[in-house]
Amino acid sequence: MASLGFACLLLALAVCVYGIGASIYGVRSGRVEFSESGRRAVYALAAILTVAFAVLEIAFLRNDFGFNTVADTSSRTTPGFYRAAAVWSSQEGSLLLWAWLLSMWSSLALFLTRRRMRDVAAYATAVLLGFGGFFVALMVFYANPFATTRPAPAEGAGLDPLLRFPTMMIHPPMLYSGYTLCTIPFAFGIGALLARRVDAEWIKAIRRFAFAAWLFLGVGILLGARWSYSELGWGGYWGWDAVENASLMPWLTGTAFLHSLMIQEKRGMLKVWNVSLVLATGTLAVMGTFLVRSGVLNSIHAFGGATLGVPFVVLIGVLIAGSIYLVVSRRDMLRSEHRLDSLLSREAMFIANNLVLVGLCFVIFWGTYFPLISEALTGQEASVGPPWFDRYTVPLALVLVLLSGIGPVIAWRRATLANARRNFLMPVCTALIALVVLLVAGIGDKPLALAMFCCAAFVFGSVAQEFVRGTRVRRAIAGESPPRALLSLVRRNRRRYGGYIVHVGMAVLFIGVAASSSFQHASELSLSPGQSTRVGAYTVRYVRPTASLTPAYDRAHTGSTLALGAEVDVSRHGRHVATLQPSEGYYASQDPSQGSVGSLIGGQPVSHVSMDAGVTRDVWSAIAPNIEAPVLQRIIKAGNADLTGEDTLVALGYLARAYLKSPPPAQFHFIVSPLVMWIWVGGLIVFGGGLIAVWPAPSTVRRRVGARAGARRDRALARA
Amino acid sequence: MNVVVFVLILALLALVVAIVGAPLRRRAHGAAPADEGLESPLEADLAAARDAKYQEIRDAEMDYRTGKLSLEDYEAVDAGLRAEAIEILDRIERAEGGGGPGPEA
Repeated sequence: MASLGFACLLLALAVCVYGIGASIYGVRSGRVEFSESGRRAVYALAAILTVAFAVLEIAFLRNDFGFNTVADTSSRTTPGFYRAAAVWSSQEGSLLLWAWLLSMWSSLALFLTRRRMRDVAAYATAVLLGFGGFFVALMVFYANPFATTRPAPAEGAGLDPLLRFPTMMIHPPMLYSGYTLCTIPFAFGIGALLARRVDAEWIKAIRRFAFAAWLFLGVGILLGARWSYSELGWGGYWGWDAVENASLMPWLTGTAFLHSLMIQEKRGMLKVWNVSLVLATGTLAVMGTFLVRSGVLNSIHAFGGATLGVPFVVLIGVLIAGSIYLVVSRRDMLRSEHRLDSLLSREAMFIANNLVLVGLCFVIFWGTYFPLISEALTGQEASVGPPWFDRYTVPLALVLVLLSGIGPVIAWRRATLANARRNFLMPVCTALIALVVLLVAGIGDKPLALAMFCCAAFVFGSVAQEFVRGTRVRRAIAGESPPRALLSLVRRNRRRYGGYIVHVGMAVLFIGVAASSSFQHASELSLSPGQSTRVGAYTVRYVRPTASLTPAYDRAHTGSTLALGAEVDVSRHGRHVATLQPSEGYYASQDPSQGSVGSLIGGQPVSHVSMDAGVTRDVWSAIAPNIEAPVLQRIIKAGNADLTGEDTLVALGYLARAYLKSPPPAQFHFIVSPLVMWIWVGGLIVFGGGLIAVWPAPSTVRRRVGARAGARRDRALARA
Repeated sequence: MNVVVFVLILALLALVVAIVGAPLRRRAHGAAPADEGLESPLEADLAAARDAKYQEIRDAEMDYRTGKLSLEDYEAVDAGLRAEAIEILDRIERAEGGGGPGPEA
C-alpha cells in the first residue's frame, strides 16, 4: 500500500503541472475548455490526495510499522483516537495534511466561483496548483510519508507524550485549514492583478474565504493556547513562541483585511492596501508553515532538521517579489475612486484599526524573525523574550480594543460632533463606572490592566447601545416583541451585528488576558507531605503522594510507564475549595545504557497539570517529584542488575510503593490566575459572532429575472 | 508492488484522465463553451457594485434610525448614495444593451 501512496504523490505532481499549464493556456488563448480542465485538475488533486491520506491513515490505524512515519510516531499502546491523529504529528504526515486541506479548500472555492470571474479564477487555479505542486514535490523529493523499512519493526516509538491531549489533536487541522484558506484570497488576488480585474466582484467573491481563514486560524490559535495552559508545565497560555507568533501574524493581517474590504466595497477606496493585505496574509501563512517545517527556530513545535528550509525560502522569495511586482505594475488601476469624507467617520476608524493591526503584526514579525536575521548576519544567537513583546503589543492592544468600541457608534461617511457626543455618552459612562468600581476595589496599582478593563467596558457599552437602539428600530418598523425584534435585527444585518458580537468576544478575551497576567499569584517551592504554603488568598497543602503504573491505570491515556504525583488540598479562609492531583509521567526511552528498569522510565518526563477552573479564578498546580532520591535510585539499580523482560515491571511496582511509603520532598509550582476562563469564553463568543457574520442571508439567494425588467425594478427601488 | 495496488493505480489514473479531460472531449464534440450564457465580467462587476450600493443605502438608513446620523446628514448621504446607485443601474442597462458601460461618474 505504500507504493499506492507514493504513486498518488507522483500522480498529484503530474496533475499539478498539467493544471497550471492548462489554466494559463486557457486564459491566455481564450480557450475556455482548457481553463475548465485546469479547474478540474484541482478536483482531481483533491481526489488523489484523499486516497493518499487514507492510505497513511489506514497504516496508522493498522499499526503498520513498515511505514517509517508510523514507526516513529505511533505504537500498539497508543490509544485509537491518538493513533488516528498521529498522522499529522510527523513532518511528512503534516505536509500531506497541508496539501490535502489545500486541495479540498481550493476545490470548494473554485466550485463556488465556477460561473464567475473566468479569467481571474483561471489564474487563481494556476497559483493554487502551484502551492499544491510545491508541497507534493517536498514530499516526493524530501520528506516521503510513504517511506518504508522492511522488515517492519515489531513496535513503534509511540506518540510524543506532549501531544496526548484531545485539543492538541484538533489544533493542527484547524490551524492548517486556516493557513490553506489564506492561500485562496492570495491566489484570487494574484489572479485579479494578472487579469487586471481588481474590481468589486473579486472582493465580494473572496470575502467569505478570507473570513473562513480568519475563523479557522483563530480557533487553531486558541486551541494551541489552551493546550499550552492545560498540558505544558509552565502555567501560561501564550509565551510569544516563534510558532505561536507565526500563526498570529496572518490572523492580524486577515483581521485588518476583513475591516478594510468593507471600505473598498462601499467607497472604492484602499484598493492598493487591500490587495497588499491579501498578498501579505497568504505569504505570512506560508512563512508560518516554513517556521514549523524547516526547523530553523528552536521551539516545542518545530521538528529537527533543516532539509526543507531552502525550498521554502525560495518559495517565499518568489511570493514576495511577485506580489510587489504585480502591485506596483498595476497601481494605476488600483487608484481609489473616492476620498475620505471625514476623520470622524467609520471609515477613518477602520483605517486606524488597520494601522494598529498591521503595526502589531510588524512588531511581532520583527521580534520573531530578528533572531534569525541576527544569527545570519553576525553568527551569534539572539533572542527576544516575552517582556520585549509585551512592551510594544500591550499599548497597541489597548488602542485596538478602544477602536472596536468606537467604530460601532460612528456612522459611515460622516458624523457630526453633536451626534458623536450623544452616541458616546453611554459607552463613556460605562467605562467611567467601571473605572470607579475598580479603583474602589483597589486595583489602581495596575494601570495597564485597569485601562484594558475600562476599554472593554467601553466596548460593552457601545455594543449594548447598538443592540438596544437597533431592536427599538425593528420594533417601530415591524411591531415585533423585543426578543423577536432582536432576532430579526441580527438576521437581517448579520455582518454588522455578528461583527459587534465578535468585538464583545475580543473584549472579554482581553479582560481574561489582562486579569490573569496582572493579578496572578505564583509560588514555586519544595514541600513534603503535610506541609502547606499560601498562594494569594489560598492555602495549598501537600496531603499525600500518589503513584500509578502503566496503561491499565492510565485513565488519561497519557502513555506513561509510571506516574508519580501528589494529592493537594486547596482551601480559602479555612474552607475546602478543591483537591488537585498533579503528577509527572515517566516514559520509556530507547537508550539501553539506562538499564532494563531505567530505560522504562528514562525518557523525557512530562508534567501532568492539575487545576481547578472557575468563573473567577483558576488554581493551577504542577509537580516535579525527586526521582533521583537515593531510596528510589537503589530500587532502579537493583532492578537493572537482576531483572529483564516483563519482570522489570515488578521493579516499577516496588518503586511506586517506595515513593508512596517514604516520599522525598517534591518541587511544586502553584499558580492562582484570575479570570482565565474568560479567555476561552471570549474565544467562543468571537467564534459565534464570526459564524453569524459569515452566514449567508436569505436575500442573497439569486432569482432569475429578465434583465431589462430587473433593471427597471432596481431603478424603482432606488427611488423609493 | 502487487497486482491489486497496480490495478488501483491504473483505476485512479483513468479517473483523473476522465475528470480532467471531460471539458476537452466535450469541446471536441462541438459542445458550447462552458461559459456561454454567463454574465460578462463587466456585468458581473456592475452587479456586485449595485449590491454593495444597496447595502450602503440600507446601512445609512440604519445609521440614521439608530441615531448616528442627523436628519440633515442622512438626507444628504442618502441622496448621494441613490444618485450613485442610479448611475450604476444606467451602466448596467447600457452594458446589457451592448452599448458598453458609458461615462464614469
